[in-house]
Amino acid sequence: MRPLGGKPRGAAEALIIPAGALAVSLILFGIFVAFAGANPLAVYRTIYRGAFGSWFSWQNTLQRAAPLMLTALCTALPAQVGLIVIGGEGALVIGAVATVAMAAVLPGVPPPAVVAAMLLAGMGAGGLWIALAGGLRHYRGVNETISSLLLNYIAIALMNHLVTGPMRDPAIVHRPSSWHVGEPNMIGLIPGMDVHWGLVFGVVACAVTWVLMEHTVFGFGARVVGGNTRAARIAGLSVGRLALITCFIAGAAAGLAGMTEIAAVHGRASSSLVAGYGYTGILVAFLARQNPLAVIPVAILLGGIEASGGLMQRWHDLPDATVLVVRGIIFLVILASEPLYGRFRIFQQRTA
Amino acid sequence: MIKMRGGGVGVSARAGRFGGSVAETNAAPQRLQVAGMTKRFGSLVALDDISLTLEAGAFHALLGENGAGKSTLVKCVMGYHAPDKGTVILGGVEQTIRGPRDAHALGIGMVYQHFTLVPSMTVAENLLLARADLPMVIDRGAEGRRMQEFVKDMPFKVDLTAPVSALAAGEKQKVEILKQLYVDCRILILDEPTSVLTPGEADEILGLLHDMTMAGRLSVLMITHKLREVMAFADEVTVLRRGRLAGRGKVEKLTPRDLAEMMIGSSEIAAPAERAVQTNGRERLRLERLCADNDKGHRAVSNVSLFVRAGEIVGIAGVSGNGQTELVEVLAGQRESSAGTVTVHGEPYTATRAEMRRHKVFCLSEDPLRNACVSRMSVAENLAYRRFDEPPLTLGRWFLNRGAMRRAASDLITRYRITVSSPDAPAGTLSGGNVQRMVLARELSGEVDVLIAANPCFGLDIAAVAEIRAQIMRARNRGAAILLVSEDLDELFELADRLVVMFNGDLVYETEIAGADLATVGRYMAGH
Repeated sequence: MRPLGGKPRGAAEALIIPAGALAVSLILFGIFVAFAGANPLAVYRTIYRGAFGSWFSWQNTLQRAAPLMLTALCTALPAQVGLIVIGGEGALVIGAVATVAMAAVLPGVPPPAVVAAMLLAGMGAGGLWIALAGGLRHYRGVNETISSLLLNYIAIALMNHLVTGPMRDPAIVHRPSSWHVGEPNMIGLIPGMDVHWGLVFGVVACAVTWVLMEHTVFGFGARVVGGNTRAARIAGLSVGRLALITCFIAGAAAGLAGMTEIAAVHGRASSSLVAGYGYTGILVAFLARQNPLAVIPVAILLGGIEASGGLMQRWHDLPDATVLVVRGIIFLVILASEPLYGRFRIFQQRTA
Repeated sequence: MIKMRGGGVGVSARAGRFGGSVAETNAAPQRLQVAGMTKRFGSLVALDDISLTLEAGAFHALLGENGAGKSTLVKCVMGYHAPDKGTVILGGVEQTIRGPRDAHALGIGMVYQHFTLVPSMTVAENLLLARADLPMVIDRGAEGRRMQEFVKDMPFKVDLTAPVSALAAGEKQKVEILKQLYVDCRILILDEPTSVLTPGEADEILGLLHDMTMAGRLSVLMITHKLREVMAFADEVTVLRRGRLAGRGKVEKLTPRDLAEMMIGSSEIAAPAERAVQTNGRERLRLERLCADNDKGHRAVSNVSLFVRAGEIVGIAGVSGNGQTELVEVLAGQRESSAGTVTVHGEPYTATRAEMRRHKVFCLSEDPLRNACVSRMSVAENLAYRRFDEPPLTLGRWFLNRGAMRRAASDLITRYRITVSSPDAPAGTLSGGNVQRMVLARELSGEVDVLIAANPCFGLDIAAVAEIRAQIMRARNRGAAILLVSEDLDELFELADRLVVMFNGDLVYETEIAGADLATVGRYMAGH
């Protein structure tokens, strides 16, 4: 794992290898759809149309890209301190539940104040959730990848418990759901677009965390920890503090995704929150080589593939799970391309 | 140069014992010739047309700096590498060797720098394991008798029933050699066989091997970079430099100076820095009954008490694995101590960044790429490690000043002559000597009150070693208190003012360097 391509040599390599992996994945997917009885070239065209073919499909794509940017940060940031965290789904769900709870305890408060409180609640809850995985790693030596994965299941179970019990709104019958946060408290759409404010949050979060990692004292320390813990200790850096804070920020990003899913889309917590944004976010982070800035275009790309899922089913008679198959193929090919870094002499800089 | 052949073990007395009768049962070694060996790795020419003749019954040293191509040459002989050109001729017959198995079949065996024994098995079982033709069912009785016979006329005395894990390093090395002899290898290639041994153990083993070659039972080709061993034990020597033949000849006709010149060529060597006379400086660093556990949770450092004064180098000698690594890790902040205290300037010290800064504590660690650098971060960033969070390398309180960081790096790169294409190159692309120079620039360019150094010259070539030792001495002369942990006794005798020996986690011996005696220090290192 080598987060942040950084310097010129790494930059070309970090662009070409993931692009190549993406191309290989699409070819493999083409073979898959051919077996399913569809014309691969036609399917590629459909993907393009469904994702980027019109203003309508662009808006659909951006809408899906927004939470992906935030959940991708949940993997990309811990990678800077050398941790592989895959708990974005859980942090999103916990952030959403905290958002609903916060709105519920502030009845009669002016909406801007409620929105601010919901933001803090969502981010704080998501941050603590991932910091828990970081803490287990630092203090108890528990593998953070496994613990963050398991925390996903715990988060989802916790939400299911709450929306079928203590937080249930009995007026909703078709699916157990929590109370609504209240129409005045919804944050709505970006003016002039059919895309909610989550997109702005996502882009800003990516830019801010990139500056944090690349241009601040904190980020420098975090990257030393991620690059070589032994060297960080020799420099006297407090490894645990840097790792925990980074995990908190990562979880806060995913929690923010949960907050926008509530305050801009659903209005209430329910099982529709568990839409796989957390898992696709892992994919985005890996494709972006864990670089927060690269997360933005990659999230848009994968958001587009998700957005074209409906068209693929309808036009080519492909099964429901087709989008999952694309996602799985891309993930496997990306992981398989990991050992290729440093193998191509063309990318190597000559040094003495 | 002190000749220490035999190390006082009475080898010469025993040497006469194996004469005719033994040599008859064991076929004499054949003459081994390597002709025109060439090996390229990509654009790098690792070996350029090297020829070498190992006469039957000779003790031949293959001398050279790190990266000179010594290991590549023997790996070509053993069949690990396929040479691009060149042949191996054994007893006048050209041979194709495709792997170590072929080499063994021809009676060529190799002893590696690091042990290849199974620690939980006995010596006898390890010897048995070396046989290529082990039957499905082992007749332990017959094998046992055969082994007793074999060991009887070997000069190496090792308890066959002892588990290998209970043996000292010197004994293990003997078992490695016995293993090769047991499978009838009469041409023995040794790769830096003494790097894990005390001087006494090294001299004993090399003395025994020397006697076996004298008796015509064995030919030895020994890779080394220690001039002393070549002068004391070898008959002939071949010197490589950057893949080329730099010289060869009979050892008796050469001086250590000749050999050193062949090894390093015309590259200039920094003169040793003068040791400035220091009056008793103030105490800077003190360890009080310090204890620490290793990774497995066993006590590795026990009750170490020690102090270092300003302007003094205290050397810690010891065979590797006696707790030095853990001790250094505690002082460097990489490991928690389990008991005891460390004080610097009389204040408790726990290796936090604030304390390091306040007390000006710095560290030269062994294997710097593993311990002290981030290989994927740039040279400029690595050089900024100690000061990235304080002016002038910051903008405001929170932001990095990349420009200032780069300028500071360029300055250090020039002053410390680090060879690198640009300050933005990743540290991982630097050669070993340049990595150590980079760390040196970072740690020693400012004011230093306390320096912890652990094998700072390990694996570097002679020129780099001389330069780094001179820098350490200069830091001492400027008044730094230096704790130098090293496995290289020459280094300790050159640099230290005071020497302590660490054995089994404990400090067992202390002496002023002026009155120190190599043999005594060696005995304490071995735990006697």
